[in-house]
Amino acid sequence: MDTLEALETADKYIDLFHQNREQIGEGDPQFMQDLREEAIRSFEQAGFPQRKQDKYEHTHLEPVFNEDLSFHFNPREIEFDDEEIFKCDVPMLDSHVLMILNGFFYNPAGSNLQVLDNGIIYGSLKEAIQRYPDLVAKYMGGNASIQNEAFVSLNTAFFQDGIFLYVPENQEMDKSIQIIHLLLSDKNQMVHHRNLFVVERNASAQVIVCDHTLSPHMFLTNSVTEAYTGENADLDVLRLQNEHNNSCQVTNTWISQERSSRCQHGTFTLHGGMVRNNLHVKLKGEGAEINALGLFLIDKNQHVDSFTVIEHDSPHCTSNQHYKGVLNDMSTGAFNGKIHVHPYAQKTEAFQTNNNILLSDMAKMHTKPQLEIYADDVKCSHGATVGQLDEDALFYLQSRGIPKDEGRLMLMNAFATNVISQIKQPVLQDRISDLVGKRLRGELSRCNNCAMHCQD
Amino acid sequence: MLEIKELRVNVEDKEILKGINLKVNAGEVHAIMGPNGSGKSTLASALAGRDYFDITHGKIFYEGKDLLELAPEDRAREGIFLGFQYPVEIPGVSMVNFLRTAINEMRKYRGDKPLPAGDFLKLMREKKKIVEIDSDLTNRSVNEGFSGGEKKKNEIFQMALLEPKLAILDETDSGLDIDALRVVANGVNNLRTPDNATIVITHYQRLLDYIIPDFVHVLYKGRIVKSGDKSLAKELEEHGYEWIKQEVDAEV
Repeated sequence: MDTLEALETADKYIDLFHQNREQIGEGDPQFMQDLREEAIRSFEQAGFPQRKQDKYEHTHLEPVFNEDLSFHFNPREIEFDDEEIFKCDVPMLDSHVLMILNGFFYNPAGSNLQVLDNGIIYGSLKEAIQRYPDLVAKYMGGNASIQNEAFVSLNTAFFQDGIFLYVPENQEMDKSIQIIHLLLSDKNQMVHHRNLFVVERNASAQVIVCDHTLSPHMFLTNSVTEAYTGENADLDVLRLQNEHNNSCQVTNTWISQERSSRCQHGTFTLHGGMVRNNLHVKLKGEGAEINALGLFLIDKNQHVDSFTVIEHDSPHCTSNQHYKGVLNDMSTGAFNGKIHVHPYAQKTEAFQTNNNILLSDMAKMHTKPQLEIYADDVKCSHGATVGQLDEDALFYLQSRGIPKDEGRLMLMNAFATNVISQIKQPVLQDRISDLVGKRLRGELSRCNNCAMHCQD
Repeated sequence: MLEIKELRVNVEDKEILKGINLKVNAGEVHAIMGPNGSGKSTLASALAGRDYFDITHGKIFYEGKDLLELAPEDRAREGIFLGFQYPVEIPGVSMVNFLRTAINEMRKYRGDKPLPAGDFLKLMREKKKIVEIDSDLTNRSVNEGFSGGEKKKNEIFQMALLEPKLAILDETDSGLDIDALRVVANGVNNLRTPDNATIVITHYQRLLDYIIPDFVHVLYKGRIVKSGDKSLAKELEEHGYEWIKQEVDAEV
């Protein structure tokens, strides 16, 4: 039954693709057309992942894709007040703000692509594909696999737009890039958007990604982010998810790192209905380093599933993963962290920690570390905990006159702190710490209010 | 100030306190002594409001209020302070944030405004001197990585900041070397006024050389079996608990 329904759902998407082939990626260069065709063929073969498949055992997404959702091949006119919504910034963090509205680049007043004298390019991916097909073709789809990855395949076939960031050799972004994905509609909607970040040799960039829903409709977002770091390059990508409880989000982030490059990736889930975050990191060159952080805070019926794969493909690479979750009410969570050390990846250092706090008897957390080590000279460790707030610590706080609720908040904040404190940029550390504090106190409105919006 | 009447407490269905009676007036120092497992720490916890046990019988009155009706935080805000035998480490909660929250919650309870940051820091500096606490400790997480002596000093430091009416010090002397013991005892003595009271719970007489008690009670098998003045402590030091045990066990 399960399988049959899944087949039908898959057919829906295959038909949607073929029936709208003309409109999808209109004006695409040949490489992009080929990539889309290949992706839909790959999807046709694999279909949606089934519950019995290890990888998606705790998050069954096919039924969500079977919901009655509209999908648009061109941006629709949506009325809203830019001024009100787009006051979205991190105080004291001077960033280039780029908007993606319902999957399309949005900048009515300005140009779609910034091309700087030093060669840096950023803006609409759609525009970049058309203006710089050779550059984009070099990277697009080279990392995010469409083999057996239904959601990457669907995204590759259907995505309309997203953000392209290119930092050539020896260049540095003057400011962070802040990408704001907004969902705003008058009906239930599905969005596939795609980002491509290329940071070449000795170059560096910081990207902040914010995911927001601005209307109460059901949204399904399936996003893919591909990132490449050249030799000795630096890239930070921090993602802040703040969507309402009637939304579903699948993110697929693929990072490929050359020799001695350093990368930090963080996912902070403040709100969301059903969230699945996939992170695949390939440490291709010697001495590459990845620091992957994750923190989610959920309640009611929310669900967050983090799935990570770190591939140690070369010697002397380091990976650090630190994921934490706080679950209340009937919320459920999952963490599956795979570290794959290839035989030639000697002197690997790979560490993984997953800590979770359950605040209610009904909340559930599944955690599964997976280490596959084929080299013999490595340092690897993993640890997972699922527990409650420390009652002794809580009583200690109470015994000093701190009310129980306030004490619980202090302990939850403390729990979150050691992930947040690893964020490299102090301004973002403060801001995210503040947001997490507000979220824990229930002061953060879950929609219609940009989380990075400065209200103080 | 404090009156305990016929207090009986069960921990996991086992009766630990079997009818405690105790009266403490303002200005007094009471020492509660006794061999291991006699129920000393359970008594301290019951006063502070820990809830891992059942109070099956009896009453505790504190300044005329029914103490058992109050939540632990309200007991603290009414002026009761428990110095923990094993102070808890709380990684991620900074000492400064912890102390400021505690002080401001106390002030809120009394209807006072929060203490301005500058005044708070000044107050911290002042009180640090009383216990000779290392400045660096207040920059860390609560008790995290503190040595045994530092943890105990930190308890007295908190006591100095919170200025309780009734301080209960649960084995504050255990695990302390003689220098740390002197510092802790001096701290307690400095904080003594005619309006507050202290209950010192200890296994050893040693601490009572520095903190001179007005009354000494011996707790054994969940009952106060003997009360006296400071000479009782001396007697225990010389003869140990054996003679008391024999006396009590002979009666049974």
